[in-house]
Amino acid sequence: MASRIADFGRYTHAIVRGIPASLAKEALRSCPSEVDVVQARREHEKYQEILRTTFGLEVVELPADESLPDCVFVEDAAVVCGDTALITRPGAESRRGETKAMKEALEALNMNVVEMTDENATLDGGDVLFTGQEFFVGLSKRTNQRGAEILADVFKDYAVSTVPVQQGLHLKSFCSMGGPGLILVGSSEPAQKALKIMQQMSDHRYDKLVVPDDLAANCIYVNLPDKGHMLLHSTAEMFPESLKVLEQLKDYTLIAASNKEKTKVDGALTCCSVLINKKANISRFITPCTMWTR
Amino acid sequence: MTTESGADSEAKQPQDNKETEKKKTKAAADSTPLPEQLPAAVGHSTPAKKEQEHQEEDQTSHRSSISHLSKSPLRGVKKPKIMQCKVTLLDGSDYTLDVEKRTKGQLLFDKICDSLNLLEKDYFGITYKDVENQKNWLDPSKELKKQVKTGPWNFAFNVKFYPPDPSQLAEDITRYYLCLQLRDDVVSGRLPCSFATHTVLGSYTVQSELGDYDPEELGSDYISELRFAPNQTKELEEKVVELHKTYKGMTPAEAEMHFLENAKKLSMYGVDLHHAKDSEGVEIMLGVCASGLLIYRDRLRINRFAWPKILKISYKRNNFYIKIRPGEFEQFESTIGFKLPNHRAAKRLWKVCVEHHTFFRLVSPEAPPKKLLSLGSKFRYSGRTQAQTRRASSQIIRPAPFFERSASKRYTMSRSLDGAPIMENHETLMKDSATDGAAKVFAKGDIITTVTTEEKKGEEEKSEQEDSKMDQETPDAAAVRGLRHDTKDTEPPVEVVKHQTNISELKRSFLETDSGAAGLTEWEKRLSSSPAHSPRADEAPMIEPLDLQDNKDEQPAEDETEKPVEPKATEATGYLVKYVVDSVVTEGATSSGPRGISPSTTVDDDVFTDGTLREVEGKTPDSEGLMVRVSPGAVRQEVTQAIIDKKGTLIILKEEKVDTGDKEISLTGEKEVFALPRAVDAEKFDLVLSSKDKDTGKEDVFAFESHMTLIKTVGPKTDMKADDLTQIKSTDSPKKAMASWISEETKAGASEFICTTTCEIKETKTSDGPQQKENLFNLEGLAQFKQLKTHLTQNAVFDSSSSSLEVSTLGWVSSPGKTSADSEQKAAETSVTEATPEKDLDVSDAASKEMPVVHTETKTITYESAEVDTNGDVDPGVLLSAQTITSETTSTTTTTHITKTVKGGISETRIEKRIVITGDTEIDHDEALAQAIKEAKEQHPDMSVTKVVVHKETEITPEEGED
Repeated sequence: MASRIADFGRYTHAIVRGIPASLAKEALRSCPSEVDVVQARREHEKYQEILRTTFGLEVVELPADESLPDCVFVEDAAVVCGDTALITRPGAESRRGETKAMKEALEALNMNVVEMTDENATLDGGDVLFTGQEFFVGLSKRTNQRGAEILADVFKDYAVSTVPVQQGLHLKSFCSMGGPGLILVGSSEPAQKALKIMQQMSDHRYDKLVVPDDLAANCIYVNLPDKGHMLLHSTAEMFPESLKVLEQLKDYTLIAASNKEKTKVDGALTCCSVLINKKANISRFITPCTMWTR
Repeated sequence: MTTESGADSEAKQPQDNKETEKKKTKAAADSTPLPEQLPAAVGHSTPAKKEQEHQEEDQTSHRSSISHLSKSPLRGVKKPKIMQCKVTLLDGSDYTLDVEKRTKGQLLFDKICDSLNLLEKDYFGITYKDVENQKNWLDPSKELKKQVKTGPWNFAFNVKFYPPDPSQLAEDITRYYLCLQLRDDVVSGRLPCSFATHTVLGSYTVQSELGDYDPEELGSDYISELRFAPNQTKELEEKVVELHKTYKGMTPAEAEMHFLENAKKLSMYGVDLHHAKDSEGVEIMLGVCASGLLIYRDRLRINRFAWPKILKISYKRNNFYIKIRPGEFEQFESTIGFKLPNHRAAKRLWKVCVEHHTFFRLVSPEAPPKKLLSLGSKFRYSGRTQAQTRRASSQIIRPAPFFERSASKRYTMSRSLDGAPIMENHETLMKDSATDGAAKVFAKGDIITTVTTEEKKGEEEKSEQEDSKMDQETPDAAAVRGLRHDTKDTEPPVEVVKHQTNISELKRSFLETDSGAAGLTEWEKRLSSSPAHSPRADEAPMIEPLDLQDNKDEQPAEDETEKPVEPKATEATGYLVKYVVDSVVTEGATSSGPRGISPSTTVDDDVFTDGTLREVEGKTPDSEGLMVRVSPGAVRQEVTQAIIDKKGTLIILKEEKVDTGDKEISLTGEKEVFALPRAVDAEKFDLVLSSKDKDTGKEDVFAFESHMTLIKTVGPKTDMKADDLTQIKSTDSPKKAMASWISEETKAGASEFICTTTCEIKETKTSDGPQQKENLFNLEGLAQFKQLKTHLTQNAVFDSSSSSLEVSTLGWVSSPGKTSADSEQKAAETSVTEATPEKDLDVSDAASKEMPVVHTETKTITYESAEVDTNGDVDPGVLLSAQTITSETTSTTTTTHITKTVKGGISETRIEKRIVITGDTEIDHDEALAQAIKEAKEQHPDMSVTKVVVHKETEITPEEGED
C-alpha cells in the first residue's frame, strides 16, 4: 500500500479537450443557466496551463467537437488506472460520441484500452472515485450497476463498491480524493450519507475533510516529487468558506482555478481532464509496502 | 499398513497415538492405571476420565463390530481399522499415510505439518470434499470417519486463514506455503487479478522457483512450463520474462515476500466466497474474510459487514442470518437473511464465519457452549487465534529451516507425478530436522513401526518428564494446571488442542533434537516456560489463573482454604488483569471478544466501525492517525484478565456512547480508571504496573502506560484494606504493554461492615431469592468450601443521575452494603453477602439471615473507563426509564438494570449488569467472567463497557485463622 500511496497523485500525462461553442446552449445542465463560452474557454486555458506548467504534465488536447457540446468533460469518457484505461459508455446518450477521440488518444499513449460495449451498461467517469486502494462507483442518473460491474471486471485487483448517488450529478460532484487516504467531501446530507456508505464498504481507512460546499469538495490532487502535495481547487470567490477549510491542510500547496462558467453546466474541476501516469504501470507492485493496516 | 502394535495404540487413543505408543508396550498390559500414569503435562487437558471413556467406547464398538474375533489378552486391544489418507499438498504432490479410522483431524493435520516442517501452522487447515463435492474444512477435534463419510479419504492441505500481513509471519517456510496456495488461487481464478498483476506475481514465482534469469541454463521456453494465470497468453509470458530478468540476485525468500506483498493487496485476497441469494432471490456471493463479511453481486461489492457490526450469525435450514447492530440512524438491530443452496452450505458458511471471526477478531477462542444450555451447534473454533499464533511465532528461534522449493508440479504442463519425486521432496524437508532414520520414516507418515516406537518412547518420556518438571517448577505451570482444572469438563475443544500441541511438541522434539538430547526444542522450551507463550496457555482462555499453588489438582477442595493463611502472599494472585494495548485497530480485541472489557478495546472498536473514516478537521491526517493509534507498528490490543479465585462476582456497567457530534473517536479510552473500593483518594498517575508477587515473576509482566485513576473508597466501618498493589515496570516487551493489577483486601470484621451497609440499601430485590436456589443446591455439597458471595458496584454517575435505582442484594444470606463515595464523583458500592458454611437449603431462611457466621474475605476490583469521568455527574439528568431483568443459569445469576436518562438533550442508556457467580471448585469463574463480558458485549455491541467490577469474597475458614 505504501507504494500505492506513494504513487497516488503521480501523473505524467493529461488528456483535455477544447470547449465547443455549442456548450453554451446545448450542453446538459441540471438547472438552466447562461454560459459565457468565451469566459469558459479562458478558464479552461488557465486550467490547462496549471496542468502543464505547475503540475508539469504532458497535456494532450483533443479538439472540440461542435456536435458534442459536453465534450470538454473528458473525465466521463474514460477511467484510467495504472496502465489500463476503460472507455466508458456515458449515461447521457448525447455524449456517447465523446469516447471515440478519447479512445484514440489513450491508444496513442500505449495504454491498455478496454471498451465498455455492453449496451445495458452506462458509466460516467465522474461517478468513479479511485482512492488508490479501491474504487467507489456512484450509481447515479448516469451510471448503472452493469457499468460498475464492467469496471470491476476491468480493474480486477481492486475492490469496487457501489454507492448510491442521491443528489448531484455524479459521485464526484461532492467528493474527491484530497491526497492519499484523504477524502474531501461536501457537508450536504446526501454527501455525508454517501460517505458513510463508502466508509462501511471499505476495508481501508480514510481521513475525511468536510468542506461546506459540495462542489468545492471536487479538487484535483497531484503529488509532485519535488513539490509534494498540490491541490487544485475552486477559487475563493466561488467558495470562500470551503477554502478556509482546505487551507487547514498542512504541507499542501493550494492552487486556485476558476471554474465558474463550467460549473453552470455541472462541470467540476476533475471533469475536465483525464490524468494518466505512464510510469506507473506495474511499478506500484515492486516496492514492498509497510502500511497495510490489516 | 501399520504394524499391529502401532495400530493398537492408535485404537486406544485415537487422538493421541504418539502418546499411546509410548505407553503401549507396558501400559497395554495394565491399562487401567494408564490415566494416572500420564505425566501431568500430558494429562493437563485430558482428565483421566476422558481417556477411560475412550477406552470404553472402543471396547464397545469393538464388541459390536468384531465380536467374532477371539479376544486379545490385552485389554482394549482390537483390530483397528486402518484407512489410507491421501493428502494433496500445496505443491501439488500427494502425501499418503495410514491412520486409524477413529483418528481425529488434528492428528492428520499435525502429521502433515510435521512433514512439511511447518511451525506456524495455525493459518492452515485440511479440506475434504463432501458428497456434493463441496470443499469442507476438516474439524480437528472430530474423528475423520465422522467427517469423511463417503469415498476415498482424500484431503488437501490448504491455507485456511490468509494472514492480512504475510510479512508478519515468522518464517520463510510459512510464506512459501502461503505463496503456493496463492499461486493456486490465482491460476484457478479464485483470486482474480489484472494482467499487470499476473505478470508481477508470475515473475516473482519464476524467481523463487528457478532463480536468476539465465537463458542458457533455463532454456528459451522455460517460462511456458509454468502457469501464472487462468488464461495464460504468450504476451503474459513475455512480460513475465521481462520482469524476471530484472530480479538478478533476488533470493527465493525475497521473491516470495514480494509476491505476497502484491498478492495481499488484491481485493479478493483471503476472501472465501459462498454462493447465495438475497431476500429477493438475487444471486449474490458472500465473502468471508479477515475483516468481516462481504456481499458481492457479480464482482461488485454491494455491502460489507465488518465483524464488529455483526451481532450474531446463525443458520437455519438453508438460510444464513446475520444480525446487524443498529446503524447511526436506526433504532433497532436488524437481521439479514441469505438463502444458501442447501442446509449444508448454510452450515458451512456459518462455520467459516465463526472460525474467521474467532481467528481474526478474538484474542482467544471462545469456549463452546455448554451442553445443557445450548440448543444449536456446539461448533466453535478451537485453534489458536491470530493473536495467539503470532505470539507463538515470535518465539520461534530455530534456524531458518532449509527447504526445497519444488517446482510447483501442478502448474507444469508436463506432469510427471510419480511418487518418487514426492518422496524425495519429503526427505529433503526432513533432512535438517531429522537426525536419524527412524524419524525419517516416521515423518513420511508411512509407517509407524514397533522399532521406532521403542525409540520414541524413550524420547517422549524424557520430554514429558521435562514437561512435568516444568509444571512444578515454573509458575506458569501452575497456571496451566489451573486451567486444566478449570476446563476439565467444560471445554473439550481446548483439550483437543492442547493435546495436539503436546503431540507435536513431542514429535518435534523427537525429530529435531540430537538423539542424546531429550526434550523440547528451544522453541518449545521457550513456549512452555512462559505462560503467555506456552502453547497451552495460548490456547487457553486469556483469563489465566495465576495461582501458584500446586495443590489445585490434587486437592481442589483445599486450595482455597489454604489461601487465607497468608492472604497477602497468596491471595495477591487473585486477580490479574492484563492489558496489552497495542494498536492496529482493526485487529484489536473487540467488542465481540469475550474479554473486551477494557476501555481501550472500546475505543478500538469505535475506530473500527465509526472511525474508518477518520476525521481530520483541523488536523493533518498524520497527526490524527497518530492520535488514534497508540503505536502504529504494533499489532493488536489484547485484554486479558486472570482471576484465580474460585469465587467471584462481577459487574459490568455499560454506558452508551451517545454520539454527540462528529468526533467519534474519543481517545478517552486510553485512560482507565481503576477503583478500589475502600480507600480514599483518587490519585492519578501514569501507571506502569504489573502484578506479581511470587515466583511468577516473569513474562506476564508488561508495561502499560496509561493514565489511571486509582480510586479507593472508604467503607465506613470496614477493616478492609487494599494492599499488595504492586507496581513493577517491565522491560520484557517494549512493544506490548500490559498492566496487571492485583489488589487484595482482607476483611476481618465482616459483620460490622454488613451492618453499616445494609441501611444504605434503597431497595432489595426479592426476586433474587428464588434465583439463588440453585446456587444453594450447588453449594450444598460443598459446605466446607467457601461460599461465595458477591456483590457489585456501581459508579457514581449512575448513582447520582438516578439514585432511585436499587441496589440489589445478591445473596441468599446476604446483606448488601453500600459504601459511600469518596470525595470524587465516584462511588463504589459494595455489598457483602455472607453465607454460613454449613447449610443453605432454606432459601428464605438464608435470605433473611443477616448475621454472618463466617469470616469472609472480599476483593473488589473495579475497572472503569475514564469516560465516566467526562460525563461527570454535573447534570444528573432526567430518568426516563428503568428496567430490571434477571436471568440465571446454574451457577450464575445475572441481573440487568437498564436505565435511560436524558441529560442535556443527550439520552443516555446505561446498563448495569451484575452477575453473581456462586461458586466452588466446580465453577470456572474465569470463564464465567469472560463469558459475561462477552455476552454483554454481544448483546449491546453499540455500547461500551465502562466499568467492570470484580468482587469476590472468600470465606476464611476458622481453622485457617482470620487474616
